[in-house]
Amino acid sequence: MVPILTLVTQRIALGLVLLLAVSVLIFAGTELLPGDVAQAILGQGATPEALANMRTRMGLDESAISRYFAWLGAALQGDLGVALSNGRDIAASIGQRLGNTLFLAAVTAAISVPLAIFLGLLAVRYRDRWPDKLISGLTLTSISLPEFLLGYVLMYVFAVKLGWFPSVSNINSGMSFWQKLNAVALPSLVLTLVVLAHMMRMTRAAILNVMQSAYIETAELKGLRRLTLIARHAMPNALAPIVNVVMLNLAYLVVGVVVIEVVFVYPGMGQYLVDHVAKRDVPVVQACGLIFAAIYIGLNLLADLISILSNPRLRHPK
Amino acid sequence: MNDQFRYLLARAARGQLDRRSFLGRAAALGVTGAAASSLLSSAVLAQGPRRGGSLSVGMQGGESTNSLDPAVAASQVPFLYLKSSGEPLLDLSPSGELQNRLAEEYSASADATTWTFKIRSGVEFHNGQTLTAEDCAQTLRRHSDENSQSGALGVMRGISEIRAEGDTLTLVTSTPNADLPFLLADYHLLMQPNGGFDDPNAGIFTGAYKWVENEPGVRHVLERNPNYWDQSRGHFDSVEILVINDSTARNSALQSGQVQMINRVEPRVAGLMARAPGISVQSTSGPGHYVFIMHCNTAPFDNNDLRMALKLAINREDMVERILRGFGSVGNDMPINAAYPLFDDSIPQRTYDPDQARFHFQRSGHSGPIDLRVSEVAFPGAIDAAQLFQESAAAAGIELNIIREPGDGYWSEVWNAKPFCASYWGGRPVQDQMYSTAYLSTADWNDTRFHNERFDSLLNEARGELDLVRRKALYSEAGLLVRDEGGLICPMFNDFIDAHNDQVTGWIESNALEMMNGLAPSMMWSAA
Repeated sequence: MVPILTLVTQRIALGLVLLLAVSVLIFAGTELLPGDVAQAILGQGATPEALANMRTRMGLDESAISRYFAWLGAALQGDLGVALSNGRDIAASIGQRLGNTLFLAAVTAAISVPLAIFLGLLAVRYRDRWPDKLISGLTLTSISLPEFLLGYVLMYVFAVKLGWFPSVSNINSGMSFWQKLNAVALPSLVLTLVVLAHMMRMTRAAILNVMQSAYIETAELKGLRRLTLIARHAMPNALAPIVNVVMLNLAYLVVGVVVIEVVFVYPGMGQYLVDHVAKRDVPVVQACGLIFAAIYIGLNLLADLISILSNPRLRHPK
Repeated sequence: MNDQFRYLLARAARGQLDRRSFLGRAAALGVTGAAASSLLSSAVLAQGPRRGGSLSVGMQGGESTNSLDPAVAASQVPFLYLKSSGEPLLDLSPSGELQNRLAEEYSASADATTWTFKIRSGVEFHNGQTLTAEDCAQTLRRHSDENSQSGALGVMRGISEIRAEGDTLTLVTSTPNADLPFLLADYHLLMQPNGGFDDPNAGIFTGAYKWVENEPGVRHVLERNPNYWDQSRGHFDSVEILVINDSTARNSALQSGQVQMINRVEPRVAGLMARAPGISVQSTSGPGHYVFIMHCNTAPFDNNDLRMALKLAINREDMVERILRGFGSVGNDMPINAAYPLFDDSIPQRTYDPDQARFHFQRSGHSGPIDLRVSEVAFPGAIDAAQLFQESAAAAGIELNIIREPGDGYWSEVWNAKPFCASYWGGRPVQDQMYSTAYLSTADWNDTRFHNERFDSLLNEARGELDLVRRKALYSEAGLLVRDEGGLICPMFNDFIDAHNDQVTGWIESNALEMMNGLAPSMMWSAA
């Protein structure tokens, strides 16, 4: 057991170091953005005195290094500052937006991950026959279409024509869980279609790889049912690559769905970030960048750990 | 139409029969849904405003960075929620007449420099406080301060003294200004308790609706202000403004009935929308215009022949047809059109004339391509418009070289910085304000670098002139100077296109800004 614990601790420590490096990059990146923050906030009508006042107020005349440490220190204590554009507390605004993003990602994941793995298993079971070709064909089509187009098509059919689901996925704290679920039905359907193919294809490929092994032949000769054999014996050995792809897609669901947010008017993190980038609202951009990086690193860390734990060879290194 | 149907119609219009059952029974009598629905909406309109119901508006032009401080409002969503919750001293009605709102009456001294306003008595803020003249004075003082970053700062610069005594507010302007009442209708100048000095973002105003929930960039919820002084406005129990920046999403939201009203219908879908059952599309011809601007002091645009050549080389009718799909009108190289008071409609319309353009171009002595900078954000369809311009100019032997600029940073790096680019203006309520914002020699936003002494003095003279005939003549001459010597190429004035469904009614034909000058939630009512 001890080597595993060391391994896990090592991985987490590495993740933290990576996060720190990312925070330096984010800070440096926002420093490099063209245009002056004070100028961007005050707009075209800015007078020189107002600009100077704004720079002093924002501490822009201090050195970049001291500003970095001040920012990092505050962020570690959960204080992300206030948005320059509307004076709202960033942590509070992000809290709500992040909650919405995670809700949509969770609903989508709950549908897409089991579905993708099941379809992958099914594709292996009927390899090269019509169910396999149908599954591959449909999922590859849905991933090849741009997501906004998928969104518009589903919106037209299910919201405008059939009226089953709302076209505007606005959710707020006053809604019950079921109301929220109804509201996110369409965006999560689109996102499911977008991430399905990647996970399904990887499941199929990884399991097919294992299916060549001698022990599978033994199991077959033993007379096991095809689907049981795939799920019980082939799948566990194919887990590592599948988990990695699943985590990559989960990370995408959290950090990369701004197009869907715009199409379905969903109040998530993506739109929030884009609005503030446009206004050069640097504290918000930095905070969002840091949160996105943390989620990405965290999910990849989890994928690493699961693949290590699922593989006895990695679990007991010589 | 038989008696039974007429009876049903009357009951439905009075709200004793809901819309769905009305349509069902009408169908049973052999009246089609569309016909019944349109008869119902005219019956409801005739019935007059009715209290109750709720309104959902889907709007373009909202960001997570919006605040409730009227000073910094700049886009469409803040415009609508501020106009629904707050009020200025005087306001323009949808049809463009000046109305007394928080000022009961006003008068000017003979030289148009001292203005007194009697503040309406018995008006309450949303927090129960009573509106005083001092609150109004404080509000105007806050907007006069550079630090407030107020969008109305340009208006307030001309006011040298603000005084409140009892229920009277006195404003003194440094130079005579006959337009002051119109300028005070600016949507930034909404009265706040103590002028908003305590908390500009508090959302405490005097308007028809008060704040319930504010999630910038997502949704804004307001409810009826029960103590509102004007019983003829504010009919909905609640008003929800949803930020829907994507135009297809906005259209679907209206078609699926999730919202009753949307703004900024794209011209290319407006015709289709109007044909959808139960939806009416409203076009408002306002002062907004799309432009190409040249710096009059930068080569090669410092030559009036070259400027004239470019003005003659643009096909205006074609642009209105192709870029605006007919939802607009041709421009005449001046920023003023019939939406402004004192507009002189006898000024001849400039038309596309490649031969004349070629003549002026050759006389200018310029040769080689001319760089035109353009971006998607300059105005909707700007890239296409630039290409049309390129084509029509090529027919006159003028080569335009289109440079596509990124949208990010366009307003700081290109507009008002590069000598020839595409842009837009939302317009101003009066001619003086439009000209002094962008065409006066000393204006910050003189984006055509137009320095003309005669123009400046005409503008100054017109500002203090209380005789309307004389004033109109002065503006006419000033407009001609911009048209014939300025750096503005104004091919078209764009309409605002809004749409609503038949669950709300009471739309008034408007020639001010969009959404009935922002008063649609206050003046329309529920027909559902």
